Formats: sequence, structure tokens, C-alpha cells
Amino acid sequence: MAVLEVRNLRVEIPTEDGVVQAVRNVSFSVRPGTLFGIAGESGSGKSVLTQSIMGLTPAAEVSGEALFEGRNLVGMPQSEMRKLRGGKIAMVFQDPLSSLHPYFTIGAQIAEALHFHEKISPAQARARVIEMLSKVGIPDPAARVDDYPHQFSGGMRQRVMIAMALVLKPALVIADEPTTALDVTVQAQIIELLDSMRRELGTTIILITHDLGLLSNVADDVMIMYAGNRMEYGPADRILRSPAHPYTTGLCRSSPANYEPGAKLAPIKGRPPSLLATPRGCVFAPRCSEATPQCASAPPPLRVFDDGVESLCWLEAAPAGAKPVNAAPDFAAKAKPEKVAEVRNLHLTYDVGGFFGERRKLDVLKGIDLTVWRGETLGLVGESGCGKSTLARAIAGLTPTTSGSIELLGRDVGALTPSEWRAMRRQVQVVFQDPYGSLNPRRRVGSIIGDPFRLHGVASGEERKARVRTLMEMVGLNPEHYNRFPAEFSGGQRQRIGIARALALNPSLIICDEPVSALDVSIQAQVLNLLRELQQELGLTYLFISHDLSVVRHLCDRIAVMQAGRIVELAESEALFRNPANDYTRVLLNASHVPPKLSPAVGRKLLETREITR
Amino acid sequence: MSETAVEETDVVQRGALDLTLRRLRRDRASMMALGIIVCVILLAVLAPWIATLTGHSPIEQFRETGMTPAGIPVGPNAEFWLGTDQLGRDVLVRLAYGARISLLVGVLASLAASLVAIVVGLTAGYFGGLVDIILSRVIDLVMSVPFLLCALALVSALGPSILLSVAVIVFFSWAPMARVIRGQVISLSRQEFVQASRALGAGPLSIMVVDILPNLAVPIIVYTTMQIPSSIVFEATLSFLGMGIVPPTPSWGGMLADASSNSLYLIAWWMVFVPGLALLMTTLAFNILGDGLRDALDPKSSRMARNLKRQKKAASKP
Amino acid sequence: MIKFLLRRISFGVGVLLALSLFVFFLFFVAPGDPAAMIGGEKASETQLTQIRKNLGLDRPLPEQYVRFLGKAVTGDLGFSYRNQQPVTKIIMRRVPATLSLVIGAVVLWLAIGIPIGVMSARHPGTLRDRLGQAFILVGLSFPTFVLGMMALYCLYFLPRQAGFTLFPAGGYKAFTSDPLIWAWHLALPWMTLALTIAAVYARLTRGQMLEVMGEDYIRTARAKGATERTVVWKHGMRAALTPLVTQLGSDIALLLGGAIVIEQVFGLQGVGALAVQAVNNQDRPIIIGVVLLGGLFIVVANIIVDVLYVLLDPRVR
Repeated sequence: MAVLEVRNLRVEIPTEDGVVQAVRNVSFSVRPGTLFGIAGESGSGKSVLTQSIMGLTPAAEVSGEALFEGRNLVGMPQSEMRKLRGGKIAMVFQDPLSSLHPYFTIGAQIAEALHFHEKISPAQARARVIEMLSKVGIPDPAARVDDYPHQFSGGMRQRVMIAMALVLKPALVIADEPTTALDVTVQAQIIELLDSMRRELGTTIILITHDLGLLSNVADDVMIMYAGNRMEYGPADRILRSPAHPYTTGLCRSSPANYEPGAKLAPIKGRPPSLLATPRGCVFAPRCSEATPQCASAPPPLRVFDDGVESLCWLEAAPAGAKPVNAAPDFAAKAKPEKVAEVRNLHLTYDVGGFFGERRKLDVLKGIDLTVWRGETLGLVGESGCGKSTLARAIAGLTPTTSGSIELLGRDVGALTPSEWRAMRRQVQVVFQDPYGSLNPRRRVGSIIGDPFRLHGVASGEERKARVRTLMEMVGLNPEHYNRFPAEFSGGQRQRIGIARALALNPSLIICDEPVSALDVSIQAQVLNLLRELQQELGLTYLFISHDLSVVRHLCDRIAVMQAGRIVELAESEALFRNPANDYTRVLLNASHVPPKLSPAVGRKLLETREITR
Repeated sequence: MSETAVEETDVVQRGALDLTLRRLRRDRASMMALGIIVCVILLAVLAPWIATLTGHSPIEQFRETGMTPAGIPVGPNAEFWLGTDQLGRDVLVRLAYGARISLLVGVLASLAASLVAIVVGLTAGYFGGLVDIILSRVIDLVMSVPFLLCALALVSALGPSILLSVAVIVFFSWAPMARVIRGQVISLSRQEFVQASRALGAGPLSIMVVDILPNLAVPIIVYTTMQIPSSIVFEATLSFLGMGIVPPTPSWGGMLADASSNSLYLIAWWMVFVPGLALLMTTLAFNILGDGLRDALDPKSSRMARNLKRQKKAASKP
Repeated sequence: MIKFLLRRISFGVGVLLALSLFVFFLFFVAPGDPAAMIGGEKASETQLTQIRKNLGLDRPLPEQYVRFLGKAVTGDLGFSYRNQQPVTKIIMRRVPATLSLVIGAVVLWLAIGIPIGVMSARHPGTLRDRLGQAFILVGLSFPTFVLGMMALYCLYFLPRQAGFTLFPAGGYKAFTSDPLIWAWHLALPWMTLALTIAAVYARLTRGQMLEVMGEDYIRTARAKGATERTVVWKHGMRAALTPLVTQLGSDIALLLGGAIVIEQVFGLQGVGALAVQAVNNQDRPIIIGVVLLGGLFIVVANIIVDVLYVLLDPRVR
């Protein structure tokens, strides 16, 4: 019998703009002791689905059935639901810092779960908490049990969350993007922990994630969601190797890891639909590369295949395999021997004053040497806090440095007069990470992109307007949207606006500070393609910062690996991936999950076709 | 140039101002508040006309008709619509002239206080460092001072006047708003769009005016609106304690002080209820409008949740 | 912790110094001759000179200030111009009434404001929320003295006209003589003062709770199987408490202002009423004394609040 059997679940959330159909007619079942993966991009409804089953979305209208050990969770009275929550079904959330109460010790928070469900003395509870903490790998648990969440690192906090979820030995644990907020190396440890706990305690796990590579390593079954629909469902090794649905295929293809470095990605075009309207045909039809007229006019049927894969699609067989990939790297020897930027022995030290005046020094950059050649893309990778963004900001002149020198176009930045510095600003531009924070929400897109012209007195009036329109066209935006506010654009479009602004003054160097890490994988591929095309056309030089190795490998000619304020390895991109010289580089490489290469589904037969009502 | 060009957004969005006005117009409480404020403004504007209509000047004492033989003020009647005070003056006419003082002081002091707060908050928040430390200390200082006692001391030393009232109110009101703006500026300065402007070579003034100030419009509008009732009450309190507007110039606080002296209002209730309710309704109206403005300007606030709940209930009904 | 305390205390001393400078020099730029006030209108020029000499008014200003400060530290604030009694003694006589008023009001206002705010935030959009919001708006808008006068009219005068005494007209009865009479006499002033400030608190509590209840850790608490009551009063309130305590510090000044007005309306012979009398009589030593006392009160309250804040938040501990 399945631990959780969900049938025809629907979730509707009323908002000011209308009713959001967050989950539409989703069914699945989770076998005991397995790891069930739910994958999808943001807005696909994967988190809402589980939270509404648990009764944690009070505003939502939930209908359908969710049978847990034979009892329907939908419509269950709160008092009974409460006994299941934590006791029988536990949850682990994305951000362990905000998910733990800042004012209670971790011990108290874990023990609380015990007290809610069992009659247990405080001393017994404490003993069990300590036992559990040591099980999830917290060093010295007896001492750390009385610490507050802020005294732990991100990975340790997530271990605490897992301890809290497992302390009552629940039958089911729902982990909602448990590793998204963590560094790559820590991610691997957390997934390993979850998996080993599953084996040890026999707990069933539902793992929600956007990372297909991660699922392919650990999941038994997967469900792919898109715009609230279950697009594809079945055994993980079948689906992630040979998807039956064009959306799954598209997702796998959007990941740069599936390509030869430097090749052009084949992203899913367009962007996710609004959840307010119900389309007549398939929700994915407008973005689908395989779409036929039928797709847009009638809702797709459910195709059930003999290898257990179920796909919500008009296609009767898997989409035509992986497209032949343009394998020839097209950037051969494009770097010209001209230094755009040269950093020598750069140090940055902050004085940190503790709250009670205890002062210490914090070394962020410890002697960086780095040269960027004209026309190349130099990647800068490392985990959070390694100083890669600080280095970028220092080169862009946004952060003062302690010692060392930065030369731009052969001139020492430290020796420039303020007016020369202002002129130099034109040569170095930045594309920021956050597509929401990097555009002023109160200004129109036209004036945001036109700002470089205004500030440097380059063009004004009609000329400025014309040049802004040209820029908008260059980055794939409709120039008629000149007068709109940033809020009216999607994340990917906003990132295009940021790129247009950076391009405006023809800079010698563009610093891309994690430009795609806030975007969904299909949108990410679009932006990466744009960056490549612009480089080829305009001969741009990029300093590209990312924590995502597959992205860096795809885009960069050379890669610098940073750790704790130092560059530990700097090499040609392929050389670095094939023969990493540094231990830390190896750890990084091993930690990243690479989705399996797609292969055509050999011998898959269509068993039956069911009509699905919406 | 890119084949992956993004398709259009079909939704035509309205401008921010238009949206705000629409939301505000849908809010019945705010509209009523606006109505009350318009009435008070009319009362103030039409004060001389009311005086002509009734034939009573605000400071004229009608000892014959306006008082009983025992020297007690008369209640509302055909000649004195809202009764008379302890000197036989017409309460209605005094109320109308008092509205002038309240509105004048309230609006003037609030605008001035906002201006000071914006300048101080922006400077402290943007420049940080020593400037911030000094200005923050000044804000703390002003906020940890027994303001009414100091105001009394100030007025008693310099002698009461309307200008001094405004100055005193401004001096003791700007600090909380400056603190809020400083905080907002600090968090805005860390935003990437400010970094982007700096990377483009924008100077401090350009960043403050072009990038930061427009993002402070909501708190500034809301705080200034909310400051008006506070200023009106502050002025009324000063006048009530005899330290504000100099009699016989009518002011609402002064009228209440007249009522309070010798507990006269216990036998002449209109002397407290007329100016008291006028004061209450005015401050209430400004406070409701401030709340409504905040909800309309910043739809993320509580109103959203309220609408959600309401729709949900309506939807669940068969 | 010690360092932090020292910093807060030194800031408090700074506030008091600034205050003393402010009031001291205020009265020297102000018109009017103190000697004439003490001596009365009939005093001769020699008498006035004598008075000036006694008070040290013939010395240079900075010297006078330093002498004044030196004495003030020991609690000697000089003598009233009016009746030549020591200022400290006059003020101290008035302190019990004001302290009774203020402490009672703080207790009442927290007891009214926080539950209303929580109730309003827990049921957003419902009738209860609307009632809570109405309370907040009306309370915020009601000038203290108007509410006090209306309360006196409705709860004291009207019942008395009807032939029974619900509440007394005002006045202060010492706690030591009869606590019940003390509380009965203070009931109306307490309620008046507490209601207007409770609205500030209800609004703050409501805003805080609305924000906190949307936090991830509240979802965690629910996912653990906590009852709604535990979620709200333990997890929610614990997080909302810190800003509430901080607010308490900045509301002390508001409270003192309210106390002055309330004492005036209800005829309580407290420090506030003394201040108003002194201002009307131009009795400068008393005014200076009251302002400094008020400042001291606020400074001490703020230091207590700061310490509480540090104790409450493990992240800054």
C-alpha cells in the first residue's frame, strides 16, 4: 500500500487579481520507503501542492483526495491534522535560517515537537534530542543543544531541521527544496544525510526540487510539474534518461551540463503562463517545440507507457530524442593579447566591531592576482563567502580595497583623479544577480537603460530614446515597452534590461555577478545564449561570477576557483574540468550533480490512453 | 536578433497614480474621511461668512443674550446654534475660526517636520559613518526628551505665539520620521539598483534624488498625512494648557481650556462636546485617510489579506 | 554587556546635560528679571541687588551654570521664586501622585493594547479585526484631555445628577491611607491615559503579529503540530515582543506628556500640574527641576528598556 496516495488534487488560491489555479488535477502515489521526487520550475505548484495537503495554506481551496495511511488529509479537521503534522508527516523547508525560530535554542525547538506528540519528561526529551542531533551529524551535540540557530552554519542548520523532522520517526518526510539555499558541497552532504536516514529509519521521503540532476541520483519515482499540471510521472531512471514529455526533454536540454562547452543551448522558448487563466489546450503548448494545432485546441490525454511512465501529452511516443548538438566550440583563440583588467596582490580587510565593542579583522580578499584579456570570458567560481562578489565589486570600483592594485586598460585605478575615474566608469559595467533588486522599481525601463547616456552626457532627447530602443532590440526586448515599469517584466526580461544597461556605453569589461542564478533553468538558458551571442557580435569581455560549475564551464574560456579570499586554481576551462590540480576544485567538481545524458527510449510501448478532465 | 526573443505581456498595466486613486476610491472609510476633511476646510474658509450670517464676531461678548441672568452660558438655541461660552461668545463662530488655526498649524508644522525629517534621514542614511552617528544621536536625543515639559518651558520663557507653536511642534515631531527614513535609505542604498547607478558613475546627489527619493514616496506621504493629526493635537494641547494661541483668538484647544476652567463644562456640555468632537473628527479623518493612503499606495499591506478572506468566504458559499 | 551599559548610561548623562543646558540658558535669553520676581514689585534697587548677589546672578553665565550643575548633582535645585521652599522638596511631594498615575496606566495600556492587537492580527479581515482597527483609529485620534473631560462628564457628572456616585471627580488620595480609595480616585485618569496610548500599542502589536505570522518559522511550528494557541502566543508573541519592548522606551515621553494633561483635567496634584502652575507663575527653578526630573525618568526608563532588549534577543547577546 502506498504511504501517500493523492487523487485528483486541485488547489485554488483566491488573490486580488483572480483565482490562481495552483494545482490542477494532480494524482500520484508514494511507495513506502522510497524517495519520491517532485520537480518543476518556480510557479509550477510543487510547494503549494504539499503544503496544502498538510493544511498549511489557509487561504487555499483544496479539493480531491490525499490518502495518508488510508485517511484522507483533505478536509480533515485541524485537531486531527495537528496530530499527524510532525508526528506522522514531518517537513523540512528551504531556508533553514528563517525556518528556525531565532529566539529559541535548537534543543528547545526540537524538544517541543516531542512534547506536542508524546508524554515525555523534559530530561528524556533532551536526551532524545541530543541523540538525534548526533545522528544527523552535529558535532558535540550535548553542548550545542543549547545554542541558538544563528550560531550554526547554513548546512548545520539544515541538519537541525532534519533532526527536528526525524525526531518522532515519522512515516513520511516532505523536504521542500532542502538544499537550494546551501552551497554545492553542503548540498551533497544534506542529500546524503536524508538518504541515509531514509535507509536507517525506513522513512519515506518526498523531495521537492528544481534540480533534475539531483533527483536523477537519489529518486525512485519522479513527478514533473508545470503550471500546476502533472506533466510526467513514473520511475526516475526512465523519465530522466528518456523523457516522454517535451517539457521534461526541454528542461534537460536547458541545462548547460548536457552540452559541449561553448555550444548554443536549446532552451524552452517563452516563459511560464499565468495561472489565472485555464487554456483550452495543453498549458505547455505555447512553448512546446513539438506542438501541433491539436495541442492548442484540446486538453491533452494521459499516455501510459509499458515502462511505467505516464505523460500528459498528445505525443504517442517520446519526442524526437536529443537534438544534434552543435559540438564545435566556436571561440577558438579569440582572446587577443591585450589586458583589460589586471589585479595585483589585492587585499581587502574589514574591521568588524562586535556588538559589545570586541574588534577583530575580517580578511575578505587575501592577495588576489588576476588578469582579464580582451575578448575572453573569465569565470570566477566559489562558494558563498569566498569573496568572489567582493572581488568583482572591487574591480568595478564599488568597494574600496585595503592594498594592492587594480589596473584597467593599463591605468592604475588608484592613481586616477575623480573626473578620470568617472570617465573610466564607462569601461567597466556590471550585470547584477537579482533581477528584482537591480532595477529601480519607480523608474521606467526607458530611463533605466538611458541612465548611462544621461550620466555621461552622451546622448539626449530623441537620440537617447533611439539608442535605448536599439539596445532593447539587441537584447530581445520589445522596444515599444520603453515606457513600462520594471514590475511589468518577468525575471528573465528584467535581466535583459540589466544587460542592455550594461551594454549602453560599449564597455571594455562587463562583470556578470551571478546573472542567471536567480532564474529558472529554461529562462537561464535563454539569458546564457544572449550573453554568448552578444559576445560574438560585439567582441565583449566578460568576468563571469557563478557558483554553478556547469554554467561556468559552458560559458567561460578560463576559470578561476576561489576559496576563502584566495584564488586556489586558475586554468583553461576544459583543463580544469579534466585535470583539477587543487583539492578544493576536486571537492567542488565532485559535489555538483550532473543530470544524465538523454538517450532515446528504446522499446517503450504505449499501453493505453486515458482522457483526463480538467 | 535573438530567436529566443521574449513574447509580449498582454496585460496592459495602469500607472501607479491611477491604480492608487482607484484603490482609494473603492475604500469607503477613506472617502468618508476625505469628506470630513473637506467639511473642516470649508468651515475654516467660510468662517468670516458664518460670522456675517449669524451677526456674531468671534470675540464679541453677548452678555445680554448669550448668558443667563446668573452669568451661565446659554445652550444651543435659535440665535446661538451651538451655544455660547463663559463670556457669552458664539461657540459656532469661534469653532469656525478655530478650525483655521488648527488646520494652519497642523499642515504647516507637518510639512516642515517632514522636510526636516527627509533632509536629516537622507543625509544620515546615505552618507553613513560619522555623519550618521552624529545625526542619529541627535535623533535619539530629541526622542528621549520630555517634549511637552520642554515645550512648556520654551513657551513660558519666550511667550506664546502661533509661530512659536509651529516651531515647537516641528522641533519635537521630526525625529521619529527621520529615523524611519534613515532606515529605509540604508536598506535602499544596499539595493543593487543603487550599486548599478554607482557603477555608471552617478554622483551622490543624483543617486539620492533620482534613485532613492522616489522610492521613499510612500512612507513620506503616509507619515506626513499621519503627522497632521498629531500636530493638530499638539497645538490643541499647548493651547489647552494656556501655552499656545493667545486668547482671545479662538482655537479649539483654547475653547476646551475655557470649558475646563472651573469645571464649567459640567453645566455647559456644549462647551466641551462641540470643540472636542470637532477635534476628534478632524484627527480621526486624517488618521483614517493616512491608513487608507498606505493601503492604496502599498497593496502588500493588510488590505490584501482582508480581501482574500472575503473572497474565500464568498466563494465557498454554494 | 558592561561596556554596552556604560555606553547607554553615558548617552543618558549626555541627554540630561543637554536638557539642563537647554533650560538653563533658555531662561537667561528670556525677558524678565528673576530678582524682581522674588522680591516682588515693591522691592527697592538695593534689595534686588542683594537678591541677585545671594543667588549668584551677578556672576558670569558659565560660572552660574557650573555652580547650578554642581548643586543639581547633589539634588539641590535651588528655591522656588514663589514661596522660597527647596525645589526638590516641592517636587518630591508631587511625585507619588504622578508615579501612581503613570505605573497604573502602563499596566492597563499593555493589558488592553496587546490583546487587542493580537486579536486583530489573528483574524485579519473579520469583524474582530475591524473592531480592533476601529479601536486603534479612535484611540489614536482622541486627544487625551478631550477624552478625559468627556469621561468626567459622562461617568462622574451624569451619574451624580441621576443621584449616585460612580466615580469621584478627581483628586489624589494617598495609597498608604486606603488602597481602594486610591485606586477608585485614579480609575478614570488611568483609563483615559491608558486608552489613548493602548491604541498605539494595539497598532504596533497588530503590525508585528501580522508580519511575524507570515514568517517561515511559524510555518515550521505548525508543521511540528503545534496548536494554534502555542503558535500565536509562544512562537508569534516571542518574536513580536522585542519591537514592543523597544517601543515602550520611546513612549515614555508620550506618557509623561499625557500625564501633564491628565493631571490638569482631573485635578491631580502631581508633577505635571506643578509644571503648569510653575509655567503660569514663571517660577523658573521649579520648571528647570521638573524638566530635569522628567528627563531623568525617561533616561532611566530607556536604559531599562535597552537592557531588556539585549536580554530578549539572543542574536545581540
